[in-house]
Amino acid sequence: MSLLELDGVKVHFPIKKGLLFDRTVGHVYAVDGISLKVEAGQTYGLVGESGCGKTTLGRSVLRLVDITEGSVVLDGTDLAKLPGEEMRRFRRRLQMVFQDPLGSLNPRQNIESILSEGMVAHGIGKDQEERREKIKSILDKVGLPSNALSRYPHEFSGGQRQRIGIARALVLEPDVIICDEPVSALDVSVQAQVINLLEELQEELGLTYVVIAHDLAVVRHISDTIGVMYLGSLVEEAPSDALYAEPKHPYTKALMSAVPVPDPEVEDQRERILLIGDLPSPANPPSGCRFHTRCPWAQAERCSTERPELRDVGGGHRVACHYAEEIAAGTLARTTGEVVPATREGVEDAPVSEELAAATVPEQAGPPEQESTKAEKAETAEKAEKAEKAEAVVEAAEQAEKAASAETPDEAAEQPEPEAAEAPEPEAEQPEKADKAV
Amino acid sequence: MSVATKTDKIQRLAELAATKETSTGASLWREAFRRLKRSKMAIIGAVVIALFVVLAIVGPYVAPYSPTAQTWRNEVFPNRGEFVGARGENWFGLDHLGRDLFSRMLVGARQTLLVGVVATLIGLIIGFVIGGLAGAFATLGGDTGRRVDSVIMRFIDIMLAMPSLLLAVSIAAVMGQSLTTVMIAVGVVQIPVFARLLRGSMLAQGSADYVLAAKSLGVRKRRIVLSQIVPNSLSPVIVQATLSLATAIIEAAALSYLGLGNPDPAIPEWGVMLTQAQRFFDNAPMMAVYPAVGIIITALGFTLLGEAMREALDPKLRG
Amino acid sequence: MSLLTVDELTVTFGGRGRKESRAVDGVSFEVDQGQVVGLVGESGCGKSVTSLALMGLLPAKGLTIGGRADFDGTNLFTMSASARRDLRGSEMAMIFQDPLSSLNPVVPVGVQVTEILERHRGMKGEAARKEAADLLDRVGIPDPTRRLKEYPHQLSGGMRQRALIAMAVACAPRMLIADEPTTALDVTIQAQILELLKELVDQEGTALLMITHDLGVVAGLCDQVNVLYAGKVVESAGRRELFGHPTHPYAHGLLGSIPRLDAPRGEPLNPIRGSINDRIAWADGCAFAPRCDRYEMGCLTGTPQLTEPRAAGHQVRCVNPVLDDAKAEEVPA
Repeated sequence: MSLLELDGVKVHFPIKKGLLFDRTVGHVYAVDGISLKVEAGQTYGLVGESGCGKTTLGRSVLRLVDITEGSVVLDGTDLAKLPGEEMRRFRRRLQMVFQDPLGSLNPRQNIESILSEGMVAHGIGKDQEERREKIKSILDKVGLPSNALSRYPHEFSGGQRQRIGIARALVLEPDVIICDEPVSALDVSVQAQVINLLEELQEELGLTYVVIAHDLAVVRHISDTIGVMYLGSLVEEAPSDALYAEPKHPYTKALMSAVPVPDPEVEDQRERILLIGDLPSPANPPSGCRFHTRCPWAQAERCSTERPELRDVGGGHRVACHYAEEIAAGTLARTTGEVVPATREGVEDAPVSEELAAATVPEQAGPPEQESTKAEKAETAEKAEKAEKAEAVVEAAEQAEKAASAETPDEAAEQPEPEAAEAPEPEAEQPEKADKAV
Repeated sequence: MSVATKTDKIQRLAELAATKETSTGASLWREAFRRLKRSKMAIIGAVVIALFVVLAIVGPYVAPYSPTAQTWRNEVFPNRGEFVGARGENWFGLDHLGRDLFSRMLVGARQTLLVGVVATLIGLIIGFVIGGLAGAFATLGGDTGRRVDSVIMRFIDIMLAMPSLLLAVSIAAVMGQSLTTVMIAVGVVQIPVFARLLRGSMLAQGSADYVLAAKSLGVRKRRIVLSQIVPNSLSPVIVQATLSLATAIIEAAALSYLGLGNPDPAIPEWGVMLTQAQRFFDNAPMMAVYPAVGIIITALGFTLLGEAMREALDPKLRG
Repeated sequence: MSLLTVDELTVTFGGRGRKESRAVDGVSFEVDQGQVVGLVGESGCGKSVTSLALMGLLPAKGLTIGGRADFDGTNLFTMSASARRDLRGSEMAMIFQDPLSSLNPVVPVGVQVTEILERHRGMKGEAARKEAADLLDRVGIPDPTRRLKEYPHQLSGGMRQRALIAMAVACAPRMLIADEPTTALDVTIQAQILELLKELVDQEGTALLMITHDLGVVAGLCDQVNVLYAGKVVESAGRRELFGHPTHPYAHGLLGSIPRLDAPRGEPLNPIRGSINDRIAWADGCAFAPRCDRYEMGCLTGTPQLTEPRAAGHQVRCVNPVLDDAKAEEVPA
């Protein structure tokens, strides 16, 4: 049996409006029927773009949001049915690491107070002295000096704050830690520190993680199994390597192709699948397959009427697409979308000193030759462009048609939004800014 | 690489890094206070307030004359030009009843301060309780809590809908003419201000990640409110309280001016003095100027300090 | 000669009672027509301040700008305020990270676009509206005439960024500065926006200064890359050269610390230790030294200088750089 099992979890937020008495006028289908299993000692990665419901799903596991339907079973106990006080005590076994390391720490508590809060709530440790000893040992584990105890969150750097957040979860010795975007608010050079720390702690303490992130590269690095979410449901789930080797769902394909790789040699070989349009509103999800409005392989009838179930296609690879096999075999043609090279057409290295360039970088062509290749390139590019243009006209017509038909539900979706702004908006996930500009 | 150079390297690096300021474990309150001390506005405000408080305490003891003693009663002729005074013995001159204005100002400071402080405290305490309850219900009470919050806030809205001076006048009219009435009237007007401010601040804090984190730790609701939400919601309330001291003094003066203040001539109060001066404004304008300037300077002091505190406590300006 | 030549740009904030802080400390680079130059670095490295200084958008209070920035032969910093305003929007335009806060929330998108056309191109009424619709269409916004009447909050994030790009390119600027244009967006939307920027550069010959923290974005887009650390360029090279032979320990470490989608799983990351706060003043030595594995006593004696350009304009500011043989040792290809 798995340590954590989710079965048909739905979280629907009512959209309320009204002057004196609130009236429910609709629902935001933040999480709409998700079933997954997390094995003990492993890492389950949940990936998806903002608004796909991954954060809400993570919070629903801790019952920080109300579960509308379905069950969350941890070690044989269904959390969805636990009454308040029992749930509060059960939270000790499930902990969370938050995205914003500063925002998730109370600015007016010092580190000792922050870290002992949970222990006090669960009656761990006889007195403050005993708790302090425990806190010191945990601080050491996450790589913080013990003189941090009397300091306040604003006196630490981003990476250190996230270590405090991890320490806060660890003091309760939980079974499962849910990491909601654990590194996306950190600087690139610091992200790796935190990822490594999470991995070391897992090895040392046998922790089970659910890592929620929008960055596919991070999730792939850290996870054993990855689930890809789109608009409140899982579209694909597979072991990390299998998912990378052969993504089967069109959305996963597009997502993966869109993640840039910091290596020009690789980028030059890659192609991007450009999706059309944006994520539909979770308050008014499309019928049938949620992805059909943007899917490059969408078929006329079935995709817009029949919602695909997550089905096993072998090797623990589950996918929610009617045509996964056909797409994999290449027997299904793309209907929309565009495939473009990942690198810019005209990009090239600019050698400043020609002689040196020729001398030290043998693979680079000499200047005169380069000029000719450039001219050639331009010529071929021109030809290609002409051909492309003809294609583009046809494509554009198709797109326009598509856009026109997609508009009516679109509009309807937008109408209730301004009013809904008054109700809490849990569906709007934190903007995922990896880098807070100066 | 030899061990010696390695230590050298580390030492040199430590030397250079040591020029950075080291953090000391200063809480946000302490940091705010440090910023406050650096603000010129805060210093001026604090000095004015300190002078005012000292005056209120020692005023009655250092006043050269009794505030009610009518010296040179015979020389005061309200209808014949200026009141006599400023003969060296009476710095600010005499009022229409021949009382020493300077002494009355000194003694009146205490009443004025009392009105401001007590009125603000009434507003602050009651508003804090109401707003705190509403905020606690709204943030952690679930659907039922939100309903409770709605009811409380509609009540507050009704209070807020009444013009403040009108409300104060009505209260004063019901309770009769006394200093206590003025305090209560001015205080009651402040209740919705504080209640709304605290509730709004708590709502904003209630959706913060650290509250969510405390929930996920399994911290009890009451403790979340008391140790997480309320301490972080205090800053705007403290600022408002300081600013309110200024408005309370002015409102009290306004009520006195309307004749609802303290009727007892034995206890001078700046607002009442201003009221009395209006009849003689043509003949003796200075009689109005002294208490008016007193009120203005005091109010300015509180406002300056309040604004400086707002800046010092603003988390966006931290650093 | 290049379109934009930035020479020893310094930006200092503070003074008059407050502690001075130098956000940009002698940055030099060039951007040519049809070229994409990247400024890469983490928060606090001075990349955004550089872009804002070039656009003249920094708050004037307590600001000191040194060095020069020649745009088409004229120094931007000695230009009159009105000449600068004319240049801004027509010749030079900027795209910001957060499209929602860069658009005026109470004015329809259409008005915001036509405003620029009226201001810089002297267009009026119907003509301006038609041109605005054309612009939105060009940046890939479907049904542009309807969108023109909408307010920013009615558009999605990607759509808003497109609208912002439409405003930036309204006057066919020769120079475009993009400050983290895709950071607030999802990757699939990021791909769309990057594609749009690529088209602009390739088809219109616009010069693009790309400011980002994402090395992946740089790898596919930039011709020349400048890596910034604590206000100085620490390494500058063509993109193949930089990613193939990162020589500064910071650039080298950065590339080794990023989890890559195509890297085999289980390969541990090599993080750079410490944080940007652990640094020393450039005057005392290399600001990166406290976080560097390769630092020597030599790193702590005065500011290290950029080396003379090698292959592909490769310059590095380091006294003990990572050479290729060392690299082969550490990161087996």
